[in-house]
Amino acid sequence: MSMNNQGRPSGSGEAFPASIATISGDRGLDHEEGLIFELGHGATGVDLPDVQISDARLGGARRKDAIGLPGLSEPEVIRHYVRLSRKNYAIDSGLYPLGSCTMKHNPRLNEKIARLPGFGDLHPLAPQSTTQGALQVISQLMNWLTTLTGMPAVAMSPKAGAHGELCGLLAIRAAIAARGETRPRILVPESAHGTNPATAAFAGFTVDEVPAKPNGRVDAEALKAKLGPDVAAIMLTNPNTCGLFEGEIVDIAKAVHEAGAYFYCDGANFNAIAGKVRPGDLGIDAMHINLHKTFSTPHGGGGPGSGPVVLSERLAAYAPIPLLVAGENGLRLIEDAADAPYGAKPFGRMCAFHGQMGMFTRALTYMLSHGRDGVRQASEDAVLSANYILASLKDVMSAPFGDGPCMHEALFDDSFLEGTGVTTLDFAKAMIDEGYHPMTMYFPLVVHGAMLIEPTESESKYSLDRFIHVLHTLATEARAKQTARFAGAPHLAPRRRLDETAAARKPVLRWRPNPLKAAAE
Amino acid sequence: MSEVRYTDQHEWIRLEGDEATIGITKFAAESLGDVVFVELPASGKAVVAGGEAAVVESVKAASDIYAPAGGTVTIANSMLEAAPSKVNEDPEGEGWFFKIKLSNKDEFTKLMDAVAYAKFVGSL
Amino acid sequence: MRYLPITPDDRSAMLAKIGAPNVDALFRDVPKSAVVALSAFNLPDTQGELEVERAMSKLAAKNVAAGAAPFFCGAGAYKHHVPSAVDHLIQRSEFLTSYTPYQPEIAQGTLQYLFEFQTQVALLTGMEVANASLYDGSTATAEAVLMAQRITKRGKAILSGGLHPHYAEVVETVAGLFGPVERTPVTPGSAEDIIALIDDQTACVVVQSPDVFGLIRNLRPIAEAAHARGALLIAVVTEIVSLGLLEPPGAQGADIVAAEGQSIGNGLNFGGPYVGLFATREKFLRQMPGRLCGETVDAEGRRGFVLTLSTREQHIRREKATSNICTNSGLCTLAFTIHLSLLGEEGLTRLARLNHAKASALADRLAALPGIEILTGAFFNELTVKLPKAAAPVVEALATKGVIAGVPVSRLLPRGKGCENLLILAATETNTDEDFDALVLALKEAIL
Repeated sequence: MSMNNQGRPSGSGEAFPASIATISGDRGLDHEEGLIFELGHGATGVDLPDVQISDARLGGARRKDAIGLPGLSEPEVIRHYVRLSRKNYAIDSGLYPLGSCTMKHNPRLNEKIARLPGFGDLHPLAPQSTTQGALQVISQLMNWLTTLTGMPAVAMSPKAGAHGELCGLLAIRAAIAARGETRPRILVPESAHGTNPATAAFAGFTVDEVPAKPNGRVDAEALKAKLGPDVAAIMLTNPNTCGLFEGEIVDIAKAVHEAGAYFYCDGANFNAIAGKVRPGDLGIDAMHINLHKTFSTPHGGGGPGSGPVVLSERLAAYAPIPLLVAGENGLRLIEDAADAPYGAKPFGRMCAFHGQMGMFTRALTYMLSHGRDGVRQASEDAVLSANYILASLKDVMSAPFGDGPCMHEALFDDSFLEGTGVTTLDFAKAMIDEGYHPMTMYFPLVVHGAMLIEPTESESKYSLDRFIHVLHTLATEARAKQTARFAGAPHLAPRRRLDETAAARKPVLRWRPNPLKAAAE
Repeated sequence: MSEVRYTDQHEWIRLEGDEATIGITKFAAESLGDVVFVELPASGKAVVAGGEAAVVESVKAASDIYAPAGGTVTIANSMLEAAPSKVNEDPEGEGWFFKIKLSNKDEFTKLMDAVAYAKFVGSL
Repeated sequence: MRYLPITPDDRSAMLAKIGAPNVDALFRDVPKSAVVALSAFNLPDTQGELEVERAMSKLAAKNVAAGAAPFFCGAGAYKHHVPSAVDHLIQRSEFLTSYTPYQPEIAQGTLQYLFEFQTQVALLTGMEVANASLYDGSTATAEAVLMAQRITKRGKAILSGGLHPHYAEVVETVAGLFGPVERTPVTPGSAEDIIALIDDQTACVVVQSPDVFGLIRNLRPIAEAAHARGALLIAVVTEIVSLGLLEPPGAQGADIVAAEGQSIGNGLNFGGPYVGLFATREKFLRQMPGRLCGETVDAEGRRGFVLTLSTREQHIRREKATSNICTNSGLCTLAFTIHLSLLGEEGLTRLARLNHAKASALADRLAALPGIEILTGAFFNELTVKLPKAAAPVVEALATKGVIAGVPVSRLLPRGKGCENLLILAATETNTDEDFDALVLALKEAIL
């Protein structure tokens, strides 16, 4: 017989010891990647004509020094950013249980629609006769938002949730000034998201904290006791940051209004009740809606967001410019306060142009896809999934308010880790090795070592069961003091824990050329 | 001969003559974690008892330092600006924050002594 | 519903595990009267992808895209060519569907591009440090004024009349709570005497260059005068490509640069999302708003990046934060960074020269028309002209002929004295000779 010595060995080979360094420094699909500035070598990724110009019309302002940008060709730039992308966790690749952040599925139809030239390539100051389709998108989205919230008006220009909070408080400030009053104080529950007190200060108010009750709700009695003629508003998140519905909300709203103050609701958690409960029915005066949370616009690694603010009858007149009105020749943007229709008293302007149109098209596409029935089902599934996680884990993890149902997120504290030597941080980082993004940690502040899990409506039961199995096992091991996998976790991510102390003590916030290398060149 | 007193906000104050040195306690430094930044008062600044006088920051927390007693700042420990880790290494020694010329000694005397503070910390 | 993976059978099984009879039992804390029936919402029901795409495409088709006509609008938003690679890369799932990089071990992709972005912005503006972006140029300008008020402990802000009027309104709305904001009048095409207004109460002077009328301003004497009075100079740039050709604000003494980065990597999007660039001097770092990414090492000593100096921010400092901002323009910064990486030094400087050449050609063509006066002598890619009649109706008339001629000044300053006949036109690398021909022809007819 003839031996085929071209054949390749078919065995699986020996295990590659993790301790062995590779020659390249890369490990399989995980590539080490330098900064774009270190990779540049004078190539270019665009082909543009080399036009020479005179100084005649530059007012003597021509740049004298080089900028210092690196030069790379297109394939190099693409490889660089593709390699970087592979170091990121994403919803598309796994369950992303960040409480209060709502990492739900981002439909790709939304992306396609936002990029249609009629939307993506439309100038904000093009003649309004040539932008009627865009104005109709805004108008339709306004209708969805006011209908879903049961509120009469909405300001569309705020660029993100926190910007929406500012818009709401400035409307409140204007309404109070119009009454000839000065009310410097804003009440904020201690469980509030940090943007609430920050926004109140940003809008020129002082902040007065309201304590929480042992059941995770705001102390309504303490809140009422703090009301007075100097209180402008309360800022309450509902469902709140503990994932619980503030059942006394109608009563609170009544007391707030009787005291002459306004009720700002942080709508960050509207995704739990959309299509089922209308904030307008609860006595709310202003509420921002994070389109990236409830209506699925992508988080994009931290933005851009969009935060339209719905307003009650009491505040509607103070909405900022631009305003959208219907006229004989279709829709029209009012871009100057002096042109506002009768009765409108805009408090000012939140940003140049008309808000996050790219997010509006995505959100409206999502709403039309889901329909009112789908929006309601999404809220119900989000709440169902969170309760399923709560019910499945509360025997091994400690749920501080676990006696009743939660809304769209399940909150645990670190008492189940007491005496184990494992911290909330260790526990969360161990999840990374298991292929999961950690839950929100140490927030809300009212719970010790908080772990806030929000599965959203986008996970299948299979995915939830797998996640529950992993967390259940981790919790069981931690409680049994089998702590090996927790110490120093993660071990299997592109990076181990990073030295945040060093980063903050000696901040390095930009690349600089190596002075020795530069001198040698 | 110096005397040391403590506040329930975990500052210590050591009086020598009419000048007092102020810092944060070992307990406070440990709870803060690695200190990464301090903001110190300018000399000549007037501070009142319980008023904000300095800021200390770790990676995930920022805390105000309150003046345990009123007076005028004579000098701040500028070494902390370059080496904030001194606050962790030696909180009640080299990691001091600033000195004041005390305006009312009664404000000092009524603060907790070491025994009372230790008891206070034990109760937390 | 195609986006919801949980089936009716799953729901029953999950409710059984929870021990709840139905999903409404989970909403038991909500007052009964507040739970409304589906019929309470006068809105459509679920639709398939095809139907939704059809409806949305119909709306899109009612708009005239910038690329579909000879197009000359600028005034804070610019039509540029974005290389195809940019949009492909930013749509990678790992960028598009990730959250703020709070878990650095599994977010190095986002963190590293933010670090690259910060470096690019610092280099372009000639400043020492830049943050990971704010919402847009206008809100960045307002944040800059607030920061100057904090640093100087003074209230008054002086805004140049050449500052984009929308930007000025945003500053008035936000910073006006903490001190007087004074806008100086300006004759379009010339620089006002802003130096004379700086006094010992002044926190900052805000000057845009090129200004909203396209005019290149000399910031140096303003910086000197401001510094002599203990005030800061805030330089605003709405067309960031200009810094490929013009001297950066940092070299002219600016203390803070607030800029709109849309021109690099980002589409017009009818006004947003855009990307606010924010750069300053190192000594003001602690007063800076917004996210910052910094370099460090991991437990094995390998280089890595983290969000840092977070104690300035709302989630830690709450009411004492430097700003209430809780996002950056994440994906827009990525588009900016990728586009600028493709351009590189040579590409950006060529692009900037090309823009100026196009605008110069436009100026020459317009100057040759009888009755049209060019007001902007020194410009980058944008200029203001005076027409013999009101500009807004002319622009509308040209739009019906398929030419988008620019932005009438009256759209930005409806009550501006002597502004009625003024038109702001921008020309970029996207404009062709045919565009100029079409504009000139249509203008001739409209103004005769």
